[in-house]
Amino acid sequence: MTLDKLKVGAYGVIEAVGGEGALRRRLLDMGLTPRTRVMVRKVAPMGDPIELFLRGYELTIRLEDAQKIEITEEKA
Amino acid sequence: MIIALLGNPNSGKTTLFNQLTGSNQHVGNFPGVTVEKKEGAIRGQKNMTLVDLPGIYSLSPYTAEEVVTRDFLLVNKPEAVINIVDATNIERNLYLTLQLMEVGVPVVVALNMMDEVRQNGDSIDVPLLSQNLGLPIVPISAAKNEGCEELVQRTIEAAQQKDRPRGLDLCQGEVHRAVHSIAHIIEKEVKDAGLPSRYAATKVVEGDPITLSKLNLTDSEKEIIDNIVREMETNLGTDREAALADMRYDFIANACKDAVKKNGNSRELQRSIQIDRVLTHKYFGIPIFLCVMLLTFFLTFNVIGALLSDWLSLGIDGLTGLLDQALTNLGINAAVHSLLIDGVCVGVGSVLSFLPTIVTLFFFLSILEDSGYMARVAFVMDKLLRKIGLSGRSFVPMLIGFGCSVPAIMATRTLASERDRRMTILLTPFMSCSAKLPIYATFTAAFFPNAAPLVMIGLYVGGMVVGVLYGLLLKHSVFKGKPVPFVMELPAYRLPSAKSVVIHMWEKAKDFLVKAFTIIFMASIVIWVLQSFDTRLMMVSDSSDSMLAGIGRFIAPVFAPLGFGNWISSTALLTGLSAKEAVVSTLAVLTNVPDTAQLSTVLGSLFTPLSAVSFLTFTLLYMPCFAAVAAVKRELGSARYAALAMFAQCCVAWIVAFLVYQIGGLILGV
Repeated sequence: MTLDKLKVGAYGVIEAVGGEGALRRRLLDMGLTPRTRVMVRKVAPMGDPIELFLRGYELTIRLEDAQKIEITEEKA
Repeated sequence: MIIALLGNPNSGKTTLFNQLTGSNQHVGNFPGVTVEKKEGAIRGQKNMTLVDLPGIYSLSPYTAEEVVTRDFLLVNKPEAVINIVDATNIERNLYLTLQLMEVGVPVVVALNMMDEVRQNGDSIDVPLLSQNLGLPIVPISAAKNEGCEELVQRTIEAAQQKDRPRGLDLCQGEVHRAVHSIAHIIEKEVKDAGLPSRYAATKVVEGDPITLSKLNLTDSEKEIIDNIVREMETNLGTDREAALADMRYDFIANACKDAVKKNGNSRELQRSIQIDRVLTHKYFGIPIFLCVMLLTFFLTFNVIGALLSDWLSLGIDGLTGLLDQALTNLGINAAVHSLLIDGVCVGVGSVLSFLPTIVTLFFFLSILEDSGYMARVAFVMDKLLRKIGLSGRSFVPMLIGFGCSVPAIMATRTLASERDRRMTILLTPFMSCSAKLPIYATFTAAFFPNAAPLVMIGLYVGGMVVGVLYGLLLKHSVFKGKPVPFVMELPAYRLPSAKSVVIHMWEKAKDFLVKAFTIIFMASIVIWVLQSFDTRLMMVSDSSDSMLAGIGRFIAPVFAPLGFGNWISSTALLTGLSAKEAVVSTLAVLTNVPDTAQLSTVLGSLFTPLSAVSFLTFTLLYMPCFAAVAAVKRELGSARYAALAMFAQCCVAWIVAFLVYQIGGLILGV
């Protein structure tokens, strides 16, 4: 599944990061690399973007970008 | 000796810079871009300049900030780099450190916020981490000024001993093989280009376009390199960029494994999560943001700033009066007298009275910025601004534009990308500034006494609508292409440091003062000359004989299709360029009414209700006052672009007012 489908409060592990150019590089630089554990902290009031928790800090990305990140959901 | 300061945004870089240099700072731009460059002498040291590089997460080749930083490191070759690292978020912060080590300049890591690490019961084994990374590390707390002296000493040592990062191999396995084979192949070209060898090889493996274009590689070399990279990608099952990012994060994880002990989330993070339960709440998030902005506005424009502005204008009026008296007593030439009083004092004085408002506004803005709230604003408002190709961060400058365009344009400094910054600068003047309110009030009182609120709201909304349309136009023309990705850290909330807030206010005040005494000073004199002399350079007693009125008569036909082709209104629009309030006072002077209160009685002879609406529309949209133009010029970094932007804005104003007048005429059947 992709990161945008992950429910609030659920954890996932990144499989692959898609996209290209500046966006993809930015995602990788911010630590969204394969095998990283990510949690969706919350969704912005207007439904987009989302707030992620990874590597001990919080990051916000847009849903359309989250869609490019493949993850495996962790079973609670 | 030049020392560079480098680190992630929100790592306490500005605080450390302020601690190390005190108030002794010089703010400028990097050549060619509007990325801010701050320099200062390190306190207590001879000939040591600290250069504050932009806050970045990586040395990737994409944003202007990253490219500027790379160039500075490679071209200016600072004697040493202080890399500030947020100890509470060490993993992601060290990612930049690793890239910095490849550049081959001496690096000293300033491990900031160590006090917070200790309070959380976490620990970092500094000697072990230093050994693992092969870098000197100094634990500090920039906010509490702890460890800063040791940091400076270690940096001097590193610079003197040319203590380059030791040849630790950051990479393992496949990437290692690729980097080393390529380093060998490109050896000669790297030498010719004057790049650090290790850096160049890594960048070639990454496929960095800027580095590749600097190296004059032969076709056969390119082919061999491509083969090596392809082999690495196949063996790793991933592409070149991901492979290197992955490798760096792996190296960091290994280096931190034994050295960093963490017990769950830090207190700062937990506190942030609690605060965000309210501030970015699903239903309350937006209302709270609007309340915060309203309060800021109210305090700035109605309470504190307004009070201080009033005092300052009293002071300026007093001084002007004294000067006036002195000039009269000394029997100075009437023209010089008028130049000093009506030109310089009135012109610069009226702009100077903005100063307290600006300082007050930036007091609040720097608190909102430094506390971490601005990032939340971007998070909450992003969806709204995305449609015109901007991100949530642009919301704040635009909102400030309703108060005054000058600080609004100055506030675009906080935007992360140059593209967003430029676009926001162009859109902000469409938000109706508070100086236009007297014009609206005068006209609505004269023509629409029963529908005043409706007309006012219509104007404000109209400005926003035109702004949005203009934004869409820009997005599909000038600012075509991909916006910088919205991948933004939400830093933990922190109490802003008083020192940083004060320095920020002082910077903005200085910036504005410089403008007031250069561009605005010149503009005041020009306007005064045009207002006081006729074409034979004789001083005029009746302002309708002046050159300005002449120009007004000359350009009046331009406004005929808009319904107000009379010279009085075009002259008023011209004086409005010095300050928008001047539109009303000029109308009063030229129609010979004793004060602006009685203006509404004579306006009927100049305008019909429809041409009044058209005139209001034009005033709403046409180019802002000189103070704002000066701000636009400075922030765009180019007089040519600023002139172009102003011309475009006047065109937009003309077109919209034309449509209003003509379509209105059709509907009303006039």
